[in-house]
Amino acid sequence: MKIIVCIKQVPDTTEIKIDPVTGTLIREGVPSIMNPDDKGGLELALRLKDEFGAHVTVITMGPPQAEAILREAYAMGADRAILLTDRKFAGADTLATSHALSGALRTLEYDLIIAGRQAIDGDTAQVGPQTAEHLDLPQVSYVEEVHYREGDRFLRVRKQTEEGYQILEVALPCMLTVLASASKARYMRVRGIVEAYGREMEIWTADKIDVDESKLGLKGSPTWVNKAFTRGVKPAGTVHEVTPEEAVDLIVGKLKEKFII
Amino acid sequence: MDITKYRDVYVYIEQRGGRVQSVALELLGKARELADTLGEKVVAVFPGCHISEQATNLFSWGADKVLCMDAPELENYLTEPYAQAVYKVITTYKPSIFLIGATTIGRDLGPRLSARLETGLTADCTKLDISEDKQLLMTRPAFGGNLMATIMCTQRRPQMSTVRPGVMKKIIKDETRKGEVEFIDIQFDKKKIERVRLVETHNIDKGLKDISEARILVSGGRGIGNKENFERLQSLAALLNNAEVSSSRAMVDAGVMTHDRQVGQTGKTVRPDVYFALGISGAIQHLAGMEESEFIIAVNKDKYAPIFQVADLGIVGDANKIVPLLTERLENELKK
Repeated sequence: MKIIVCIKQVPDTTEIKIDPVTGTLIREGVPSIMNPDDKGGLELALRLKDEFGAHVTVITMGPPQAEAILREAYAMGADRAILLTDRKFAGADTLATSHALSGALRTLEYDLIIAGRQAIDGDTAQVGPQTAEHLDLPQVSYVEEVHYREGDRFLRVRKQTEEGYQILEVALPCMLTVLASASKARYMRVRGIVEAYGREMEIWTADKIDVDESKLGLKGSPTWVNKAFTRGVKPAGTVHEVTPEEAVDLIVGKLKEKFII
Repeated sequence: MDITKYRDVYVYIEQRGGRVQSVALELLGKARELADTLGEKVVAVFPGCHISEQATNLFSWGADKVLCMDAPELENYLTEPYAQAVYKVITTYKPSIFLIGATTIGRDLGPRLSARLETGLTADCTKLDISEDKQLLMTRPAFGGNLMATIMCTQRRPQMSTVRPGVMKKIIKDETRKGEVEFIDIQFDKKKIERVRLVETHNIDKGLKDISEARILVSGGRGIGNKENFERLQSLAALLNNAEVSSSRAMVDAGVMTHDRQVGQTGKTVRPDVYFALGISGAIQHLAGMEESEFIIAVNKDKYAPIFQVADLGIVGDANKIVPLLTERLENELKK
């Protein structure tokens, strides 16, 4: 089985803080990581590799420094790594990103494409399904578990829903978008880390992929950011340092005032 | 693309097992407001199986017209048959705006449609407005809620966005409102549909209500700590009308609460009448999910906790001491 995992380098958003004076984002010193859902996806692929001998390719689109997560993927056990990088990709919204990715995927062989459900910098969950559409692949999103039987031309997957879960069968080739919780990612092997630095990384530019260039980057993006701002903080109410008994008085007083009790 | 040919505000009416979801009615409320500003109509797009009878109910929630697709292929939500049905509607009727609930269904269908239509989609909007030149302004959080961005889609149509449940308000139900229902026949491409098959659905009945629909939320964080202390929050909630227990992410990660109880950027957005933030420090990701609550009561040991910046009533103290006292007092008050 040939598996391709789409991964993304993201700033660790839990480490981002707002400058209380200027109200702007402090990005300096924020570490870049492999997006957690993508890492869960890579782990799923590597488990299929362990069990059935799959070949795992990782692909990412981003600036040259995104190669760091490809090396991490190598160290985890990926067989091939591709970095899509070109100024023509810059400024892409989700639709233009999905065109770039599908342009690259069209030139590769695969039975299964895995992407993270969503990236923690944008939280959109769009690029996976959009890419599946361009490639005319069936999709299942919010995947928690994948089951495969040797020789089958379909997968049995468990999908998370608000009420619980569903079991679905999806024909190969297909696209799955998976949750980080689907599988706890393995650690990089020490030997893998050392080897990863010596391994070759394929660098692909826009002319290497199969897509209409007008669909790429800023000019291929139907949406654009009109304005970005940090959220205004509403005026705070009063803060009381009181005994527990007095605290209860204050709370009950307010609940009565609001006709809650 | 001649964008002047596109008009009206369309809402995807999400149903599960034939039950129309609250988020769809919330979106009809917002669509009503947007359509009135534009001088256009609100159209409900209603796919499903054996759902025709419910179509007229949608008028009282703000729809002027309902496009109903009732077919056995639409019995359960699956990406492809639903994408085919809604794609047919959009390409035939040409809406200017198309709104979808940001549920596991909407976030699966929305991007598939946007790619098929080659138009933009803005995810998880918390605010929708119309600009002076009648374009849709879609505001959403990014970077884990640290930043807000207003997104526009000026050259393509429809302007699509998903909106999380609990963010928009329904209109007050008006049963005198009337409208027109149109039934649409879909010729499905069966080959494409057959690639995914639903084997079984497991709905885990937790005996609890959706927290985004509760009027009061008793929410606990790291400062509450363990399961026993959470059970005390449950006793407090049980005394209040329409109250539920919720939590911050820390307690979900610790396995004390389930994910469907989580408030915040990666959990649910809530806006109850009263929100108790007990032992919750107020990470920005949490604030993003609850700061629109009508009245926020925060109890935290750390007087510098960010939660106090959004609290209407802040108490510096140990929530585990205050909660049992408050529960006892409420019991006495309610006996009166």
